[in-house]
Amino acid sequence: MKYIDEFRDGALARQIAARIAAEVQPGRRYHFMEFCGGHTHAISRYGITELLPAAVRMVHGPGCPVCVLPIGRIDQAIHLALERGAIVCTYGDTMRVPASRNLSLMKAKARGGDIRMVYSAADALKVARHHPDREVVFFAIGFETTTPPTALVVQQAAREGIANFSVLCCHVLTPAAITHILHSPEVAQYGTVPLDGFVGPAHVSIVIGSAPYEPFAAAYAKPVVIAGFEPLDVMQAILMLVRQVNDGRAEVENEFTRAVTRDGNAAAQAAVADVMEPRSEFEWRGLGLVPTSALKIRERYATFDAERRFDLRYQGVPDHKKCECGAILRGVKRPTDCQLFGTVCTPETPMGSCMVSSEGACAAHYSYGRFRDIPVVAA
Amino acid sequence: MSSQPYVRPIDFKHGRIDMNHGAGGRASAQLIAELFTKAFDNPALRQGNDAALLAAPPPGHRLVMATDGHVISPLFFAGGDIGALSVHGTLNDVAMLGATPFALSASFILEEGFRLADLQRIVQSMARAAAEAGVPIVTGDTKVVEQGKGDGVFITTTGLGWVPMARDIGGANARPGDVVLLSGTIGEHGVAVLSQRESLAFDTQVQSDTAALHRLVAAMLAAVPEGSVRTLRDPTRGGLGTTLNEIAQQSAVGIALDEAAIPVQPQVEAACELLGLDPLYIANEGKLVAVVDAAVADTLLAVMHDHPLGRRAARIGTVQADAHRFVQMVTRFGGRRVVDWLSGEPLPRIC
Repeated sequence: MKYIDEFRDGALARQIAARIAAEVQPGRRYHFMEFCGGHTHAISRYGITELLPAAVRMVHGPGCPVCVLPIGRIDQAIHLALERGAIVCTYGDTMRVPASRNLSLMKAKARGGDIRMVYSAADALKVARHHPDREVVFFAIGFETTTPPTALVVQQAAREGIANFSVLCCHVLTPAAITHILHSPEVAQYGTVPLDGFVGPAHVSIVIGSAPYEPFAAAYAKPVVIAGFEPLDVMQAILMLVRQVNDGRAEVENEFTRAVTRDGNAAAQAAVADVMEPRSEFEWRGLGLVPTSALKIRERYATFDAERRFDLRYQGVPDHKKCECGAILRGVKRPTDCQLFGTVCTPETPMGSCMVSSEGACAAHYSYGRFRDIPVVAA
Repeated sequence: MSSQPYVRPIDFKHGRIDMNHGAGGRASAQLIAELFTKAFDNPALRQGNDAALLAAPPPGHRLVMATDGHVISPLFFAGGDIGALSVHGTLNDVAMLGATPFALSASFILEEGFRLADLQRIVQSMARAAAEAGVPIVTGDTKVVEQGKGDGVFITTTGLGWVPMARDIGGANARPGDVVLLSGTIGEHGVAVLSQRESLAFDTQVQSDTAALHRLVAAMLAAVPEGSVRTLRDPTRGGLGTTLNEIAQQSAVGIALDEAAIPVQPQVEAACELLGLDPLYIANEGKLVAVVDAAVADTLLAVMHDHPLGRRAARIGTVQADAHRFVQMVTRFGGRRVVDWLSGEPLPRIC
């Protein structure tokens, strides 16, 4: 496939791997966090870990939109479908996230909730147009990538005067989450999670640009290399991070120049700013309450805000006691450190959110990387 | 005596299924006569009984039976429809034991209000598929459910076949050292159907690969010694990845795949890329996986290449000893990864 295969070239990958191995300094270890679930997925799916020298360790970050969604938010969506009779539209991955009372959106659907999987926010608005007699709620999740489409449909709904459409806005912000991780005691005080740099988000950065990472790279002296989601992008970004660490630099570099500019997509940013504003705080699964880390619908679009429309009150719900999703999302633990991993928690019966989405650290490791935990008997 | 009283023929152009069509009275009989019997016409059906009398299999053979319910949405898709699919799906299940299918039954659950024009189109497509396959539909049933209690039409077909007594082809027979063959490109059926679902309609030229595989199977088995084909499976729901895991599980072996060897049409690859899906988990309806003795792999590949349904057949991997029964794959990128069972519906990733 044109423009795809070029970024999945195995021969080039081995060349970059050889460069990384050559430039890694003896005795030094390199811990890089890939923030995005898209990178986690690429690393697992293409077997990138196998191509890296032992001195480079990739730490999975919290950038999986489904994984960071707290139980309380899923509960709200289920409540709207089951108790308020609304049609709830949502992205596919959200369907399987475990919620309270042993439910998930998929199980709520089986109990009669009208819950529909959509591919875009625009499709949710289409559902609202087709069912003028029903309340239609778009359960909007995701980082800055999926936020502009939500903003656009709210504007569209306002223009068309659609009276039965609203958004349960759970959009979250990347820079706030990265900063929060660096503030976490494991990183900031104990140093139990050494982090030498970040592979920066791909699609998120197309929207917000590379500039928002600059103050952060400077303040915390951590290099950031923004990378595309193709495996060669990731390899190249790792090489660039190794070079920054070796040189003692902490800059924001852009490997993904074919799509990311310094200032990002101004039109998208304007739409988001028109419709949404920061929340004072938002609960993330694994990270807890993170200040100014999410968006809500502005007053002027209040009728399209499901929280106001249905008078929803947020109720936090603790994760399963043994579930290590929190520590895994902060990079403190690996999936295999969790007692539930691969036993009671599998992609078929996920207990924690990291096992739900293919971008989640646990699901990615379970689905693609498990053989590394167990020596395979040769034929 | 007077001749039969006049009965106005069914209006297939404008008519719809109503509850009378399933009540067992005149309307039922008329629908059966004017649509089903006419389209499926064969001696067993002409007997006019509620069951079909069939000849016993030749001496030295055993009977094989398979059943498959079809509930696909949309009913019509590029490259096929629920009718053809319901014939192919069951014939293929029979063929995967190395059997020769010889009879089919069909049971229809129709929803009140379903357009007769669509039903006719589906029934004619079934008749065509059965005729092409050389396997008659010898008995059937029709029921009607109230509006809202079905999705237009559900079709369950059952197939009978016979297989030589000594033939033992099954999922538990793969052994370390065997070779895994695939009859062609993967993912067309799933992508063709997905592309026409109302919620994610997108333009693609991909056509479903729905086809009956029993002749390809017969050609393969005729070319090599009995016993050298260990396992045959059609990777339908769950796709190639899930089928290989089933075989690994049943045979207590591991399977090592070479991603670069697995044929995928560029349009399918593009659609999967767009939707965040993996062709390994997308359904096929006209492909087979064969686990075979390495000694006959080349012969079989040549036979497959000579058959219209095996033109793009490929050797995609080998069976190895592995107590954990993993299906592993060397990626085109050069890394290794597990190819796991499909979990849930293949849901799209969102960013």
